[in-house]
Amino acid sequence: MELLSANPGAAVFAGATDLIPQIQGGRPEPSLVVDLKRIPETSRIEAHNGVWRVGAAIPAAVLTAHAGLSTTFPGLVEAAGLIGSDQIQGRATLGGNLCNASPAADSVPPLVALGADAIIVGPGGERSAPVSEVVIGPGATSLDQAEFITGFRIPSPSQGSSDAYERFIPRTEMDIAVVGSAARIRVDGDGRCEEASVVLAAVAPTVVEVGAASGILAGRVIPTDSARDPFWDELGEAVVSCCNPIDDKRGTAEFRRRVAQVLARRTVVTAARRARETL
Amino acid sequence: MSRTHVTCVLNGDPIDFLCNDYQTLLSVLRDELGMIGTKEGCGTGDCGACSVILDGQLVCSCLVFGPEVEGRSIETIEGMADGQHLHPLQESFLEGAAFQCGVCTPGFLVAAKALLDRNPTPTETEVRYGVAGNLCRCTGYDKIVRSILDAASRMSNPQTHKEAT
Ligand SMILES: Cc1cc2nc3c(=O)[nH]c(=O)nc-3n(C[C@H](O)[C@H](O)[C@H](O)COP(=O)(O)OP(=O)(O)OC[C@H]3O[C@@H](n4cnc5c(N)ncnc54)[C@H](O)[C@@H]3O)c2cc1C
Ligand code: FES
Ligand code: FES
Repeated sequence: MELLSANPGAAVFAGATDLIPQIQGGRPEPSLVVDLKRIPETSRIEAHNGVWRVGAAIPAAVLTAHAGLSTTFPGLVEAAGLIGSDQIQGRATLGGNLCNASPAADSVPPLVALGADAIIVGPGGERSAPVSEVVIGPGATSLDQAEFITGFRIPSPSQGSSDAYERFIPRTEMDIAVVGSAARIRVDGDGRCEEASVVLAAVAPTVVEVGAASGILAGRVIPTDSARDPFWDELGEAVVSCCNPIDDKRGTAEFRRRVAQVLARRTVVTAARRARETL
Repeated sequence: MSRTHVTCVLNGDPIDFLCNDYQTLLSVLRDELGMIGTKEGCGTGDCGACSVILDGQLVCSCLVFGPEVEGRSIETIEGMADGQHLHPLQESFLEGAAFQCGVCTPGFLVAAKALLDRNPTPTETEVRYGVAGNLCRCTGYDKIVRSILDAASRMSNPQTHKEAT
């Protein structure tokens, strides 16, 4: 931290899977880089009193191989398992995925849907902030130059609650999401939705939460497939109203709106099925 | 620019080297240590030609800074054969004609070894995902996938295989 405060051009890194390609692409080398993996708390995974603490500098391959995490947060682990190839997953971290601040970062929607907080340290000590407040635009975060994230605090899902993540890419592997969707659903003993969170990637400058989702889904029995049901149209409209997508080589804005509707529905169905299985 | 002195383990042997702060592990291996088995395709994590195993984890050496490997252990293609005895994956690649120009081959072999270390009996789909981070411009992949499956079955049933050949 002293190094960071004393060197305004310094940067932290974890897996360097974003940093090195950016330097190769012509971005100036930082005056100094700090390897966060050398700070032990950035590599720890622990659960205490119903809250998980997951280090910010843990490679995705370690997260996907962690049995406890995979059963507790299947959607988050699913997202980590979609980042790049096995080689990339040997390095890529949640902290880097978030702080690189790409609108298409796969692990960010599930972190937001799970209500995770980033644990941030800086010259002023430790603070925490909801993950949804860390990224403020493409490539920009709300962190101070001398601050970094040591880990994430993620509330354990209550009984009857689970999550899911899916993305659309034109190939089967090794591509950046055209649209991503995470869902977290809580159901009651009858399988009726009590609470829902749906968060989308790559449809706006930052990930967006579909604020109306919980109101639309609460009280519904979510079917096990995406069969037509009028409330899906309502959810679809809510999804579209949150989207502010761009046209690019991966897809047009209109295509992204359509895909976002489909993925939101699919991830709600999967999360609800998983939620029922916990009862 | 001052150079950093780094000590690590390479293919089981303790070694040390000097490198620049932003020099990649790939460049350290090739340009400082003369270990040119590890190839450079893209330099940005897309092709997998530079694959190595770092503390048990498959990574692209083009996305690792040299100074990061202080105290860590690296396995490269040069450490794959056991003296004169090729690794079963190397044998299968030879027999299955799984390469043409060969630039991608060390990366495929290292990635395939990491896959089989974790999952000794992968399905074809698992093999295809396991090497999805490796690009080959020559073979069309099929022979590579067959050769990895063949090596997996040799390694898990050495007896059956001996009888069959
Ligand atoms: C071939 C390839 C394929 C990829 N595929 C995908 C994909 O499918 N999906 C996807 O989402 N991404 C993908 N990526 C992007 C990248 O791998 C991910 O964003 C990854 O999670 C970044 O993590 P990292 O630890 O490597 O980040 P780094 O490169 O180490 O850091 C990225 C940025 O975040 C900052 N940073 C890192 N950690 C912290 C921290 N703890 N606190 C504060 N700031 C921090 C760094 O200063 C830097 O600016 C791909 C990259 C490559 C090269
Ligand atoms: S050279 Fe490292 S992935 Fe292509
Ligand atoms: S054999 Fe030439 S690139 Fe694979």
